[in-house]
Amino acid sequence: MFDNLSDRLNTVFKKLKGHGKLTEKNIEEGLKEVRMALLEADAHYKVVKKLIGDIKARAIGQEVLASLTPAQQVIKIVNDELTALMGSQNEGLNLSGPSPASIMLVGLQGAGKTTTAGKLATLLRKQGRKPFLVPVDVYRPAAIDQLQKLAKEISTPVFPSTTEMDPVQICREAKGAASLEGCDTLILDTAGRLHVDEELMAELVNIKNTLQPSEILLVADAMTGQDAVNIAQSFDTALDIGGVVLSKMDGDARGGAALSIRAITDKPIKFIGVGEKLNELEPFHPDRVASRILGMGDMLSFIEKAQNAMDEKKAAALEKKLRKNEFTLEDFRDQMSQVRKMGSLNDLIKMIPGVAKSKQMKNFQVDERELVRIEGIINSMTPDERRNHNIINGSRRKRIAKGSGNSVQNVNKLLKNYAQVLKMMKKINKGGFMRGMGRAMMPF
Amino acid sequence: MIDQLIEIYDIAYEKIYQLGSEIDITNSLDEIAGLLLIILLLLIAGRIRKHRKNKRPAPDIADILQADLPVDAIEPIDSSGTAIEQTPDKIEKSDHIVETVSDKKPETTAPWAEKPAPEPEPIKTIPEIPAEIPAEPAGFFNRLKSGLSKTRQSLSKRFDAVLSGNRKIDDEVLEEIEEVLITSDIGVPTTMELIERISKNAGNISSTDEFKTRLKAEMLSLVDLEYPEKVSTKPRVIMVVGVNGVGKTTTIGKLAAKFTAEGKKVLLSAADTFRAAAVEQLEIWGQRAGADIVKHQDKSDPAAVAFDSIEAAIARNIDVVIVDTAGRLHTKVNLMEQLKKIKRSIEKKIPEAPHDTLLVLDATTGQNAVSQAQLFNQDINITGIVLTKLDGTAKGGIVLSICNSLNVPIRYIGIGEKIDDLQEFDPKLFIDALL
Repeated sequence: MFDNLSDRLNTVFKKLKGHGKLTEKNIEEGLKEVRMALLEADAHYKVVKKLIGDIKARAIGQEVLASLTPAQQVIKIVNDELTALMGSQNEGLNLSGPSPASIMLVGLQGAGKTTTAGKLATLLRKQGRKPFLVPVDVYRPAAIDQLQKLAKEISTPVFPSTTEMDPVQICREAKGAASLEGCDTLILDTAGRLHVDEELMAELVNIKNTLQPSEILLVADAMTGQDAVNIAQSFDTALDIGGVVLSKMDGDARGGAALSIRAITDKPIKFIGVGEKLNELEPFHPDRVASRILGMGDMLSFIEKAQNAMDEKKAAALEKKLRKNEFTLEDFRDQMSQVRKMGSLNDLIKMIPGVAKSKQMKNFQVDERELVRIEGIINSMTPDERRNHNIINGSRRKRIAKGSGNSVQNVNKLLKNYAQVLKMMKKINKGGFMRGMGRAMMPF
Repeated sequence: MIDQLIEIYDIAYEKIYQLGSEIDITNSLDEIAGLLLIILLLLIAGRIRKHRKNKRPAPDIADILQADLPVDAIEPIDSSGTAIEQTPDKIEKSDHIVETVSDKKPETTAPWAEKPAPEPEPIKTIPEIPAEIPAEPAGFFNRLKSGLSKTRQSLSKRFDAVLSGNRKIDDEVLEEIEEVLITSDIGVPTTMELIERISKNAGNISSTDEFKTRLKAEMLSLVDLEYPEKVSTKPRVIMVVGVNGVGKTTTIGKLAAKFTAEGKKVLLSAADTFRAAAVEQLEIWGQRAGADIVKHQDKSDPAAVAFDSIEAAIARNIDVVIVDTAGRLHTKVNLMEQLKKIKRSIEKKIPEAPHDTLLVLDATTGQNAVSQAQLFNQDINITGIVLTKLDGTAKGGIVLSICNSLNVPIRYIGIGEKIDDLQEFDPKLFIDALL
């Protein structure tokens, strides 16, 4: 149901060739599409209205650059506005003040506070700090158990709260306990509450006044709809939050709530939760989320992941080899393990813009075991065979199959695939550069 | 698989092109090798992009997005960062590009900061209803009304404001109505549909009341769906699914209480073996509701838990089995496969079970709820929806879209944290309370 905005804009702007100006008249229809995309992404109605006005004001009268299509140009303006609105860069945690510093997590029920507490503890430990987890949710059944189990999983000290205790009392005692344990950062996991629940909101204010936390983070579900503005504003008014964690960003929610929350509170979004594992918390990058809200995928995250996993020198060497058509089975294997370092192939594929949306891809699954099998086959070859696959004859194939516990067919298949890759690389190297494709093909 | 790979490949190829690399391949691909190649190419594309940035910026996607749009005479251009690039081998692309690689980001004005934020509706104190109130119809009605009062206040008040006096139903009014509907999370397509249906006959609608009645009727027609009750022998099996944090376990606790209050024997199946302390949470609800529980160890196979539960239920002559499942995002294919497996293991014991498969949706969720409902329905065939957290300011309007598109009825709504805060869904009451 959510078509890619750029496709839709391209259709709208087809009439406008790469010249002329964007005028009020010819931009109107395009802005309708932009508005639709933003609303479908759950950005708040009022926020969208204001944004569209700004975009219009900025776009009208601009000359369409020869290098861009009008659609691209409008998208660029939209993207700029969204990015500017969400803050131009990532902002980190504020842990100033006397030790131990405290981070207080607040939010609605089910937003993901407890999981985020565990993730923050993992992150802080990586940064060399000593976190201390404090379960303050005395209401929800087994909430304390949940945090204690997470704490155990990541071997982090946790305050032994009980449901009989008073939340403010827990926080007070936890501070002393943290110092005794030699910890420097308290992470307070408060109970989920509705922002209209005056009694429970007052409890949060009490905790804040008692502990003076250096950081108060609102944990909000990325799937939140129009109500995001009410939620964010209520929590911000009561507590003057320091920032926001947007959870469950690993689904297909477009995350327009990020726009709404930022617009209404002017507080930065600091992290996004991207999975159920405790290391799946990432810094928030406004530009990437902007593309996502517009339905344009997350290519930059993909590239960053690639760059993190790839050794720069190795990549250069590999590129050289590819250019010279010297891509051996050994390289193929190394390549494979590099790629696997980037995470699950299925997740990676989804990051390529457009893939997740295409019908055929919906149920596409890469069998990761297949990769292990390929690796096994290559490992069963001699170094000579890996460097020159042409010497692999029938009896060698049999040996390799036996050695790796595979059938000869599997070995054949791998060799065939590999040959195909080689062929392709050759083609690339011939530099069949896409002349004549022109700008029209540039899908943005 | 090959088709799919070709498709990925096409898309990736397009993207690589965007990234400014110079690659041309037309071959089809084969299985994993092809996949690896794509990723390899992307890796290299990433490298090339990085490379380019240092040496000869080409108009790749990132640069285009970063570059300031030129020729705005009023805006000074940071000349130190300005570079005019013309790379001979890519004339058709980089021609005339004036790239300003300015460090200065456009000033982050937060235009909404100054503007008075949309006033949250004044919070009227809802008359507290004593917890031990006997479950009599009037109490239920009040509860529902008070639970929905936020929704009601805001929507209704705004409607009255929009349609006050003898205003004609013109475009302006329709736009305001559109705002009211969209801010209730009803969603753009359904809102358009509703408005279109009504505005067809807008000419002969004169009063606010008439308009409201018309709108109500249209909205009601979307959510008033038959629930085909599956006749079941003992035990009746109810499977509860949903994304993380929507309130599955709480809903199960409330459901269990409802059934035990009806004098039925209930067994809870702790098939959320993944989330920390999910079993403990369900156990506490089980004690509160007076229901048995079947559990395994953490991280054990949820399908096995479900299977054992059904077996135990048959042996113990239980009336209702409620299967709790771990929250999962509907886009995680492996987790959805696991859900199918749980369902299969239930079917092994009782072929027509689960008799009800309830999808729990959070009323604060926006348009993504549609995607959730679609994918869960596609994989395990949802028979009903439970809409939770209606006691906040969220309007839950997204259910209109879901009912509209999937034809799955809403069974229950959750309007609080108390054990009896679960109501059977009444479409008329719901729409009445909404407008």
